[in-house]
Parts: sequence; structure tokens; C-alpha cells
Amino acid sequence: MGASQTRSEHKHQHLADETGFSLEQVKNLHKRFQQLSGNEETIRELLDSVPALANNPIRKQIIEAFFDKRNQHHDEVGTCEEIGFEQFLMVMSHFRPPTLKTTVEEKEAMRREKLRFLFNMHDTDNDGTITLAEYRKVVEELLSKSGDIGQEAAKAIADAAMLEVASTNVPHMAPEDFYEGITFEHFEQILKGLEMETRMHIRFLDVGTTTMACGKSTS
Amino acid sequence: MQRCGYVHLWLLWSVSLICLTSGIASADGDVAPTHQDSQLEPPPESTSNWSQTEHGHGSVAITGIPVVTFKWHHVETPYLVALWILVAGLAKLVIEANHHVTSVIPESALLICFGFILGGMIWGADMVQTFKLTPTLFFFYLLPQVILDAGYSMPNKLFFSNMGAILIYAVIGTCWNAASLGLSLWGCHKGGAMGDLDIGLLQYLLFGSLIAAVDPVAVIAVFEQVHVNEVLFIMVFGESLLNDGVTVVLFNVFDAFVSLGGSGIDAVEIIKGIISFFVVAFGGSLVGFVFGLLISLLTRGTKNIQIIEPAFVFVLGYLAYLTAEMLSLSAILSIVFCGMCCQKYINANMDEKSVATVRYVMKVLANGSETIIFVFLGISAIDKSIWVWNTGFILLTLLFIFVYRIIGVFFLTWILNKFRLVPVEFIDQVIMSYGGLRGAVAYGLAAMLDDSKIKEKNLMISTTLIVVYFTVILQGITMKPLVNWLKVKRASATELTLIEKLQNKVFDHMLVAIEDISGQIGHNYMRDKWNHFEEKWMSRILMKPSARKTRDYVFNVFHQLNLKDAISYVAEGERRGSLEFVRNDTAFVDFKKKFADDFSEVMPDITADTSDDHGAMSGRDHVPSVSLEMHEQTMKSVRETEDINTHHLLQQHLYKGRKQHRHRYSRSHFDVNQDDGEVQEIFQRTMRNRLESFKSAKMGVAPPNKITKHIKKDQQQKISNGKSTDKSKSYYSGDEGWYLSSGFEASGGSYPFPMMATYRAGAGVANPAYMPDLDPMAPAQIPPWLAEAELDSGPVAPSQRAQLRLPWTPSDLRRLAPHRISIRSTDSFDDPPPTTPPPPPSHM
Repeated sequence: MGASQTRSEHKHQHLADETGFSLEQVKNLHKRFQQLSGNEETIRELLDSVPALANNPIRKQIIEAFFDKRNQHHDEVGTCEEIGFEQFLMVMSHFRPPTLKTTVEEKEAMRREKLRFLFNMHDTDNDGTITLAEYRKVVEELLSKSGDIGQEAAKAIADAAMLEVASTNVPHMAPEDFYEGITFEHFEQILKGLEMETRMHIRFLDVGTTTMACGKSTS
Repeated sequence: MQRCGYVHLWLLWSVSLICLTSGIASADGDVAPTHQDSQLEPPPESTSNWSQTEHGHGSVAITGIPVVTFKWHHVETPYLVALWILVAGLAKLVIEANHHVTSVIPESALLICFGFILGGMIWGADMVQTFKLTPTLFFFYLLPQVILDAGYSMPNKLFFSNMGAILIYAVIGTCWNAASLGLSLWGCHKGGAMGDLDIGLLQYLLFGSLIAAVDPVAVIAVFEQVHVNEVLFIMVFGESLLNDGVTVVLFNVFDAFVSLGGSGIDAVEIIKGIISFFVVAFGGSLVGFVFGLLISLLTRGTKNIQIIEPAFVFVLGYLAYLTAEMLSLSAILSIVFCGMCCQKYINANMDEKSVATVRYVMKVLANGSETIIFVFLGISAIDKSIWVWNTGFILLTLLFIFVYRIIGVFFLTWILNKFRLVPVEFIDQVIMSYGGLRGAVAYGLAAMLDDSKIKEKNLMISTTLIVVYFTVILQGITMKPLVNWLKVKRASATELTLIEKLQNKVFDHMLVAIEDISGQIGHNYMRDKWNHFEEKWMSRILMKPSARKTRDYVFNVFHQLNLKDAISYVAEGERRGSLEFVRNDTAFVDFKKKFADDFSEVMPDITADTSDDHGAMSGRDHVPSVSLEMHEQTMKSVRETEDINTHHLLQQHLYKGRKQHRHRYSRSHFDVNQDDGEVQEIFQRTMRNRLESFKSAKMGVAPPNKITKHIKKDQQQKISNGKSTDKSKSYYSGDEGWYLSSGFEASGGSYPFPMMATYRAGAGVANPAYMPDLDPMAPAQIPPWLAEAELDSGPVAPSQRAQLRLPWTPSDLRRLAPHRISIRSTDSFDDPPPTTPPPPPSHM
């Protein structure tokens, strides 16, 4: 028993070093992971275990992001059937907040990483561009909760947004050119104004509040 | 040089005007010596004065009927009020005329200086300060609208996500400022730094509490000129708003303590004071909240009185202020929360025009009274009777205020940073502590002090004034260089684009999802839950059902952008010298039909949405109002007169506001079906344009084409044959796309706003919607600008230029061939969504 405990301690320490979480946060997330997986080694299905997600219009994309190998920093592509704790943690690490100590370069790197995550989320077929069809899907999902707005509107919005990207990034498009989609560079360019580094993160608590969450997830 | 001349002229004029007013005031002093202190506000005597003069009229034996009588006293008070408002406005005009000065010295500082000059003149004329800022005037007539505006235009999401920090700064920070200043001054007094003063500890604390608060008026005035990042701004701004409430409460508590006297204070009283602090603060907020809901509810049912519905916002907002004041709760907090609560619902409930009215009137009132406040702050200084100099007291106050503000901010931030997700950076802290500007609230409170209880009231007033001048003028001037020098993160100046807004939305949902998955209950989770609650209950009660439909944020943004495009489209037509295409009735009937064909089945949702919008809009036209009716009449006459010349039309368009313009523009050609509002049409048209131009971007080049009128005629014939179905559309869509894309290409670089650019160049020249309809009439009917564009290969006609250098090589054809096939799935935007993902791009 004791041996296994120290082993998991080690493992957690290792994960903490790798992802930048503190040991407590890793432990907390591990608890949560076990809840979600039902004490299995891996998670196959996120949607059912997190009922709160039902309200989220873009839940599909987010869940897909968890099963996406591109978000694991291993230069692999494709999706996996199931994710272990390490993968789970890796995805979570994209949402780590910066601290006072992070330098400017680190912040820039974080920003890129977050952007990359977002980009990967939209770029479902992993060809390096968010094509119009892909983007339309995003917008459709985004608007799916406000039922009064039809799919056509979603499409039109996606098209307009795409047009915007095209015109900002390729101002001198020749008539025969064809804007095939948003590349990562364009994506970065267009979202320059968003304060990504101060926004795309959530609070990972050091102390366990998972008891509250526990009640919810089992309910 | 010439502008300088102008400025001098203005200055001269306003000065002479001021002399006139002060002359009148002095004359008034001669005529009615009892009326010495005629202030901006009708003082109690003025009514008696009024009746007195009335009496006078009665008693004078009438020897004959006077043709003209000079009844100055009859109009005196309102006349002076109006004159002062005029003077303040002129002052602002003069000051704003010098951009190079206002870019260095903030406007508020200049206004105060202007006040000095004015005050000097009045003093010179009267030898007594006739006008000054009285607490009643300030708190009842000048402050509410400024605060209401601040609350109404508060970015709610930002505010609530930084709520904790703002509250800490506003409550604890203010208490700390008050206590530390009071105690330190008292200590220095005991140490003998100020000589002989009759101020006790409680009085010091009272003074500390009145001067503790950062002033929203001053802060907004300075900070809106330096565009700091939004978090920093909301911190300073939110703090200044809330701590005004806090400082008034503190002031009242200490005032009560002072009246009780040192001996009457025991533990019970102190506890009562603390309790009252919370009751006053939260009670005030609650009153504001209730009134906010009341406004929202009321505007829900004002469909039939749209002309006066904006007034409800102001009246109820003011009532919220007065009610809180009546219940001795915090009036400032009340009106802030009132504005914050109602903003969302009234914007959705009220008509678009009413919302614009509210927004503008709010700004007019707030900006106006802000100007008056600063001018009067300056004027108030020129009064020998209030100045009591005590070097020790004044300098120590300045020093302590500055130092304790810094200590307070840094200490509180240090604590906050332990809990904040995104820590407040060092530089931001510096700006926050430096942004501790004091202003009119402090002065108003100081003027409210009771001199029977506080012997050194005048010393406190003069110290307050000096603090205000020091902070507003000196710190205000140095703020901008400091922000530049420290390289404070600035707000991005550009407007958010559609894609950014979409991504923002994605963010929100994503963060919630991640919190859900990771099992954390954080801000996002809370916000999401609140949003759900709000949507489910509050919106249902407070919002019109029709307003609820079109409420989706992203959709609204899209809608706005489309409207903008449509407007710029017309502007483009005007710029080119003709509105022929707008005016052409037949063309529009066709156009309309075409779109009805294309879109009615395709986008029933949108049509429904917009017509909802539009039901309201066209209903509005019948609101009895002189201006509107006149407007309608002119429109009718325009419609009836068949051959009105282009210049006339152009003028009509040019001299109308944007809104009206759009409105008129629809009226002139939409006699057929008045139920379909103009926005629907604009919306559809721009949507079509977007789709087309996008399609073109997707498709690349069209089939081989020689752009002549023949082709257009061909198309036209197809359309006029009634084959404007989707099929014919896709048949020549490549052609259209070609126009658009070329316009797009040429314009993209030169116009700052990419989407507008599309319409300026592309749509204007060869809009597929218009060309076919216009052409067949006769070559002569081609609008001049259009014809010109076809001939001219300059910047106006990018398509022409593009045509000439269009590479049409076999290789291109090859490249396109698979493309055209592959495009089939995404070809028509009217098709159901493609089930298969689009093929990988074949080139580029």
C-alpha cells in the first residue's frame, strides 16, 4: 500500500513538472479524473459523466479536444479512443493561469500554446487550415442554443467572418486566388487584439473542493 | 494661424458674454441688495424676491400701458441657469478647439483653469463671489446624471468579473485612506506641526473620510483620454464609483459622531455606525436594483408611446437617486446599480431609436454637468472668504493622501494577487495609485460641513480645493506621460471584428466546459449559472418576447455589421454622384422579387427575425410627431415627383442623419410591400453580397468571360424571364463572383475596414443584384457613376483593371477544372449543409 502510494506520488511529481501544475493541483485533478472515469485507468466518454456540459453549445468540440493527440505535445496526430490521466492533465494544462513570475517570453509562448489549442479545436481534420466548412460548424454549434436563429444565419455569419479573415490577411488577393482557410498564422494575426493570456484560463484550486463537484457529477 | 484666430474670436466672445452676465449679476446686486447670494440654484429668498417684484408691479401706479417692460427679476433664476450652461458649453468649445493643448493637458484641468479666470472676473465685478458650487446644486442636479451615465455604460461583464477586487479597493481602500489620513493628521497636530487649530480627532477623521474617495468624474475625465487596458480601467473606474458611495456613508457616520461629541460615543454607537455603514451601502444598491428592474418592466410596455419612452429611464433613474437619498441610503450606489441593472433590458426592449436617444441624452447630460462641475470648481476658488492658509495642514494632507494611497493600493493588491487568477501587475498598481484623483464629491462634502460644529470648516474647504486642484491638474497632466513612460498595457483601439467576437463567445463556452470537466467551481461556472438563471427567469419577465428572439449576441453583431455595410453601400453610390440605382423603382421591385424567391424559403428564420425588428420600426413611423410626419411628407413628394434631379436627391440624402437616411432610402422604393421593412431588404442584400463575394473567393475565377454589356444582358434576360432560381444563379455565379472578388482584391488594401471595402468597390461597380436590372432599361439609364466606372480604369473601377490582366491560361483552367467539380457540394449556399467535408484545396 505504502509503496504504491509513493509510486503515485512520484508519478504526480513527474506530471506536475511536466505540465506546470502544482502537486496539489495534480492530486485534485487526479481525484476528479477518477470520478469521471469511474476509477478506471482511462476515460472513454466525457459527455455522460459531466452532466453540466449538456448546456454547452460547443461541448462536442471541447470533448474532441480532449481526445485529440495534437494537444498532447507529442507531435502526433489523430484522435485516440481513450485518454489516461496524463493526457487529461495535458489538455488541462492549456488553461493554466500565468503567475506573477512568468516572463514576457513565457507569456508569449503560453499565448501561442493557447491559440494553438483553440486552432486545433476548430481545425478538425488537421490539415493546418480552418476551412470554411469547419468554421461554419463552429458557428453553427455556437448558435445552436439560441434556437431562433437558423442554420442559414450561422452560415452567413461564418462566411462573413471568414471573409473578414481573408481580407485582413490577404489584402491583395488576385481574382483567381481562393482563400482556402485560416492558417495558424492568420489565426494568430486576427486574434491579436484578444488578450488571450489574461483570459483563456481557469482557476485550478490547490485545496480540494471536489467534494462539491462530486455531488454534482454523480447526481 | 487661422484657427488661432478663430480661437481668439471665440475666447473674446465668451469673455464678453461672461462680462455681460457678471454685469447683470452686479446690476442685480445694486437693484436687489437682499439678493446677494444668488446662486445657480434658486435660493429660498428668490421666491420671496419674486413675489416681492410682483408686488412691486402691482403697487406702482399705472399711468399708461407700457409697450415694453424690462422684467429682469421675472426671469432671473432660469435665465442665469441657462446662461451658465451656455458659458460652460462655450468654455468646452474653446478648450476643445485646441487639440495640441488638450493632448497635453486634460480637459478637466483646463476647465478648472477656465473657472479660475471666470471667477476672477466675477470677483472683479462684484467684489464677492456671487456664484459657487453649493452642495445642493452639486448633489441634486449635477452629480446624478454623471453617475447614471457611468452605470448605464458600465461594461457589466468586466465589472462583475473584477467585482471582488473593486469592492476591496472601494471599501477597504477608502476606509484605510480615511482612517490613516485622519489619524496621521491628528498625530501631526499633536506633534505641533500645524500650530493652533481647533480640530479634534473626530473632526480629523471626518475630514479624512470626505477626502478619501477617488472621484469618478475626475477619473473618467482623465482616464478616458489615456486608453489604458480594460482591467486597469475598470479597477480605477469601478473603485471610484463605488467608493463615492462609501465615502458619503463614512462621512455621514462620522458627522453623526461629531454631533454626538466625544463623550457620547461608546461601543454601542460605534457598532451602530458600522452596521449603518453596511445598511446604507447595501440598501442603496438594493434600491437601485429595484428601480432598475422597474425601468426594465416599464419599457416592456411602452410600445405605444415610443416617443417618450427614453424619458422613463431618466426619470426613474433620478427617482432611484432621490428615493435612496430620502431613505438616507447611499444615493450614488443606488443610481449606479440602477443604470447597471437596466441597461441590458432597456436596450433590448426599447426601440432602436429610443436606445440611441437614451444613449445620446445620457452623454449630453453627463458631459454637460461634468463641464459645469469643473468650471464651478474653478470659480469656487476665487473667493477670499473661504481661504484660510495653514501650511502644515495643507501640505501634510497632500503628502499623506499621496503616500497612503500608494501604500493602500500596493498592500491590497498584494493580498488580492494571492487570490486573483490574473495578478495585477506592478505597473498597473503604480497607475492605480497615481490615479487617485479627488474631485467635486470631496468638495461638495466639505461644503456641507456644519461650521457650528467644525470651527475650521474653511480650512478644510480650502485644503480640499487644493487637493482637488493638485490631483486633477498636476496628476492629470502627468498621467499621460507616465502611462507612456511605464509602457502600460493599452487597450486595443480597434473595434472588435466579427471573428473576434465569435472567438470570444467560443472562449466563454470553452472555459465553462473546462471548469465543468475539471470539477472546479470558478467564475466561469458561476457566470454560466447566472446567465442561465437570467435567461430563464429575468429575461422572460423583463424583456419583450419579440426582443428575446433577436437577442443572440453574435447575431446582433453580424446584423450591425451588415447594416453598416448597407449604409456604406449607399454612401458609395452617393460618392459616385448618383443614386439612380436606389431610386429606380422597377429595379427594386425586381430586386425584391428576386430576393423573395431566393431567400424566403431559405432563410425564413432571418426574415422572421428582421421583420420582427421591422414591425417595430414601421410602427414607429406612425407615431404622431411633427418631425416624422414632415419627413414622411417630403418622402411622399419625392416619390410622386418622377423626374427629380439627382442633385436634389443627393442633397436630401446628404443632409439626413444616417438612420433617417436609411429609412428614407427604403421608403422611396418600397411602395409594393410596406410590411417588409427596409432592414430586411438591406440585410438580405448585404447577405447576398457577402455570400457572393465569398463564393467568388472560394471559386477563384469564373468561366471565360468578356465583360461587356452583352453578358449582362444575357443574365438580365434570364432573370426577367423569371428564371432567377437557384439554378440560374449558380450558372452565372462565377461571373458575379468574379466581379466581386476583383473589386475586393483592389480595395482590400486601401480601405481600413475590410468588409466595407467589399461593397465600396465591388458591389458598387458590378453588383450582381443591380446590374441585370439596370441594364436593360437603356444604356442611358446606367447611373453616371456606373458608366464612368466602366470606362474608367482608375481606382474606381478595379474590376476593369482586373479584367485586363486576367490570366486566362490553360493551366488556370486545369487548375480550376477539378475545383469547379469539387465545389459542387459547397457551391450554392442555399443548399442544405454539405454532409461531406469539402475536398482539400487543390491549389495555393
